[in-house]
Amino acid sequence: MSKFKKKGSGEIPKISTASLPDIVFMLLFFFMVATVLRDNTLMIKNTLPAADQVQKLDKKDRVIYIYAGKPSARYQDKYGNQPRIQLNDKFATVSDVGAYVLAERASKREELQNVLTTALKVDGETKMGLISDIKQELRKVNALKINYTTRIGDYTQNN
Amino acid sequence: MGRRSAPEVNAGSMADIAFLLLIFFLVTTTIETDSGINRKLPPMDEIIDPPIIKERNIFTVVVNKNNQILVEEKLMDLRNIRSEAVAFLDNGGGLADEACDYCQGSRNRSSSDNPDKAIISLKNDRETDYKVYISVQNELVAAYNELRNREFIRLYPSENMDYVQADKKYTDPRTDKKVKEKLKEKLGVIKLMYPMKLSEAEPNKTS
Repeated sequence: MSKFKKKGSGEIPKISTASLPDIVFMLLFFFMVATVLRDNTLMIKNTLPAADQVQKLDKKDRVIYIYAGKPSARYQDKYGNQPRIQLNDKFATVSDVGAYVLAERASKREELQNVLTTALKVDGETKMGLISDIKQELRKVNALKINYTTRIGDYTQNN
Repeated sequence: MGRRSAPEVNAGSMADIAFLLLIFFLVTTTIETDSGINRKLPPMDEIIDPPIIKERNIFTVVVNKNNQILVEEKLMDLRNIRSEAVAFLDNGGGLADEACDYCQGSRNRSSSDNPDKAIISLKNDRETDYKVYISVQNELVAAYNELRNREFIRLYPSENMDYVQADKKYTDPRTDKKVKEKLKEKLGVIKLMYPMKLSEAEPNKTS
């Protein structure tokens, strides 16, 4: 019977797990760096039009975002299918834009308050009437620097 | 019976490998940045005293509610706008002190006097599609960029780039401060030669 005696020393040694934390941290850092933080969940269809004469919009802390477009499918029952403005996480009307921009401006650091850009992320299918209304509101609160955010591409993609 | 246990793998260098990979990904990944067409809106409370501008110095572009583009009251395809705008801006039809010595246009008396006087007026309807509007904007900016590129290459051949590249380099935060200052001066000169005068009228209501 001694043949079937368990051997104490013949087992495969345990793999060292000392480096596991390193691997986990590496993955963590990688995803931290590679993910684009999107602070707003879009409730609208937002296919930006294409343009190629563009300038980069650097420094995220100097930008105020305004979204507009048709509500996406799951909001259409509630909000209809006409293009709407989205500010932060809520649908808004044109008259809310001014207050929103002022509030955003006030929340920025003082030295940045004069160099803010308003980025208009508007769906290509939207009518200009809505955009003109937004622009009028922006003029009222003296937020004159705007950026029509686009995809990079040839204008022929816009059809 | 006499089986030896496998020697333990040294895990000491694992951390080094992990850090190496981490640094590699840190360097190679770039965070996506938005880009778009920058515009400046006119201030609201401007003194209502429009300066008198000669008809020949205005290049009117109208996008109507059916997304048709009318340039100087003629229907035009999007493809031709860029060349038309360039021809208008670069015309240089002015005489004496209004003459433009760097313009290469046809010097037609019935078109713009010089690039400083030339104004592009863009008008759209409330029913115009945003994407069409952006396409037109894009083409008009392209016309300015085309002329600015030409002059930049002509004046500063030693830079070995065009206006758009120089502007990109200037706005890049990684560019050296000294280089930036030099570029700023040169860009300023070009901007003065072809100032972007793009006026946007308030849209008319569809009746």
